[in-house]
Amino acid sequence: MATSWRRLRETLSKSRRALQAELSSSLFEQLDDEAWERLEEALILADVGARTTADVVRRLEAEVDAGSVRGADAVRERLVELLAEVAGPDDARIDLSSRPAVVMVVGVNGTGKTTTIGKLAWHLRDELGLSVIVAAADTYRAAAIEQLEAWAERAGAEIVRGSPGGDPGAVLFDAIAAAQSRGADVVLADTAGRLHTHTNLMEELAKVRRVAAKRLEGAPHESLIVIDATTGQNGLRQAQVFAEAVDLTGVVLTKLDGTAKGGIALAIASELGLPVKLIGIGEGLEDLRPFDAREFATALLGE
Amino acid sequence: MFDQLSDRLQETLSGVRSRGKLTESDVDRAMREIRLALLEADVNFKVVKQFTSQVKERCLGAGVLDSLNPGQQVVKIVNEELAALMGGASRDLALASSGPTVILMAGLQGSGKTTACAKLAKHLAKDGKRVALVACDTQRPAAVEQLVTVGKRAGAKVYEQGTERDPVEIAEWALGQARAAGEDVLIVDTAGRLHIDEELMEELAAIRKRTKPHDILLVLDAMTGQDAVNVAEAFAERVEFDGVLLTKLDGDARGGAALSVKAVTGKPILYASVGEKLDELERFHPERMASRILGMGDMLSLIEKAEEVSDLEQAEELERKIRRRQFTLEDFLQQMRQVRRMGPLSNVLGLMPGMGKAMKQMRQVNMDERELDRVEAIILSMTPEERARPDLIDGSRRKRIARGSGTTVQAVNQLVKQFGQMRKLMAQLAKGKMPDPQQLMRGM
Repeated sequence: MATSWRRLRETLSKSRRALQAELSSSLFEQLDDEAWERLEEALILADVGARTTADVVRRLEAEVDAGSVRGADAVRERLVELLAEVAGPDDARIDLSSRPAVVMVVGVNGTGKTTTIGKLAWHLRDELGLSVIVAAADTYRAAAIEQLEAWAERAGAEIVRGSPGGDPGAVLFDAIAAAQSRGADVVLADTAGRLHTHTNLMEELAKVRRVAAKRLEGAPHESLIVIDATTGQNGLRQAQVFAEAVDLTGVVLTKLDGTAKGGIALAIASELGLPVKLIGIGEGLEDLRPFDAREFATALLGE
Repeated sequence: MFDQLSDRLQETLSGVRSRGKLTESDVDRAMREIRLALLEADVNFKVVKQFTSQVKERCLGAGVLDSLNPGQQVVKIVNEELAALMGGASRDLALASSGPTVILMAGLQGSGKTTACAKLAKHLAKDGKRVALVACDTQRPAAVEQLVTVGKRAGAKVYEQGTERDPVEIAEWALGQARAAGEDVLIVDTAGRLHIDEELMEELAAIRKRTKPHDILLVLDAMTGQDAVNVAEAFAERVEFDGVLLTKLDGDARGGAALSVKAVTGKPILYASVGEKLDELERFHPERMASRILGMGDMLSLIEKAEEVSDLEQAEELERKIRRRQFTLEDFLQQMRQVRRMGPLSNVLGLMPGMGKAMKQMRQVNMDERELDRVEAIILSMTPEERARPDLIDGSRRKRIARGSGTTVQAVNQLVKQFGQMRKLMAQLAKGKMPDPQQLMRGM
């Protein structure tokens, strides 16, 4: 695990450079109005959002004023703790205890759903020795099925596919049935990207979920929304509407290998109570990691 | 959260008129609201800071302080300043005088380049241009297949050589082919890349050098947050893009990223993608985007769309009918069909100021397109007399209409009743009394 976190830190260090300009170490030594303002600025620039930023800074400020936190190092340490607290529990893991375990992956267009499924399939197979069936339930986007096929091949997973324009619910239904009859451990369902404002498409997604439950009670066991780290405040709204449609269980935060800091995940966790479960930090198969709130918070602020 | 900045400013500054003067602290309070609204809209923090200090200066200037409605004045100033910052008037593509115009598309992964290529092809083909596409994304699995599929749908020729060759060579080859074939435009799709990925940025620069594009467009996701400026700066430095194509504007992101990019790089936004269908690409209008960022709706777009679908004579006739309360269910049916031709109802309503709240309520009562289908079915099951005089509809007629439309007597009842209310409201509206928009919605 240690190597993977070093990798995350390295990845986030790129984003840190920008932040560091804002948060020089001397910032926490003299906590005047300007320092608080600079701290707010840094969090807002990380896409944490005005409300969550204000909450966190206010709490820290209150503790400093009350004298319970003293000294630059302690203040910084407390800030990391507060941010990690907001980001959610460390032990938010994907529940794969059912057989087969059905994981549905949803989100707006272009966040990296198909790629995430490819990487996740590889992880489950390669590291946990689980047999995986991917369900190509994105029957809408041109060549989405081919893209998933390429990933399935790399990851050594089986694929159940329908025809372009076909019923996505039927694809997932068949995939679960196939997993049941072949004794596969996990079904990963790719779905078409959709903007949460398209009510009819959100209804379609809810239906896909119902169809899964019909075939296997309790399915899908996990419904993960993929949020792109470059996403701004609209991410909150996305998570909200998708949660209404498919009862989300967690967030996958992708594209953390750029300069975006993914602070919107804090806002989502804080306001909707949805934990981040996985992060994507690169284009390779191995670039999907479990989420660690503390590491994330530390990397967000820089060392 | 910030559906109506204008309402909030109205509230913040409401006490001002009675005091008759806008003080500096009033303006400061207003600026705080604006700052929050802009941050919530993903306008870059630094841009916001600079912007609010400029606006403040203008607000403290002459005329605003003692105007009749300072809240509205402040909104107006903010709107104007935003529009100015966004680039004033919109700009056209630079077309080649001879030979194919080359348009290079660049952007991050998942910003929507491939789809944008096809939409742009379709858009330009509408002006009578012969448009071809070339697939230079050899990175993402199945990206070539995707471009081939959407290109075909858009009616454009797609040049591709699979994923084995160097994208720079593919681009150059395709340009030769397009020139020989007499294409007017060649759109180059490229792999999505991180702005900090040296190797891929180098490749993009090489494609640019080799194909000498007339226009380089940065494809930018409207939902992008604070990082948009870093991305835009990096792309500007490496490939000197000419303008931005903004995608996914059919979502409810305010799109502050667009403003930030314009403010930081000075590059204009040329196009906006507003739907899943290939023809849902529009020329970008800076002043409308300003209103969107502030959550003030987009009357201009609405009016333009309405003009597209209705002719003036009809509109005048309709207005006359409304005023005299002669508006019939038949007229209603025609109107409804016209509105629906403007696009999905949610899009149309989203364009109207003050409809943000109403739209949320509609989502709750689930008044969707199918609901309109039912309304249409009910009206179509009525005789012409019934449509003209809904009061004719008695118990047995109701039963017949319900059977004919596959609905229930209650549904027919409800429609007739709501129509009556709506007719009243519309007559008021025509006489210049502005009814509560929510009441109007219920009427519908």
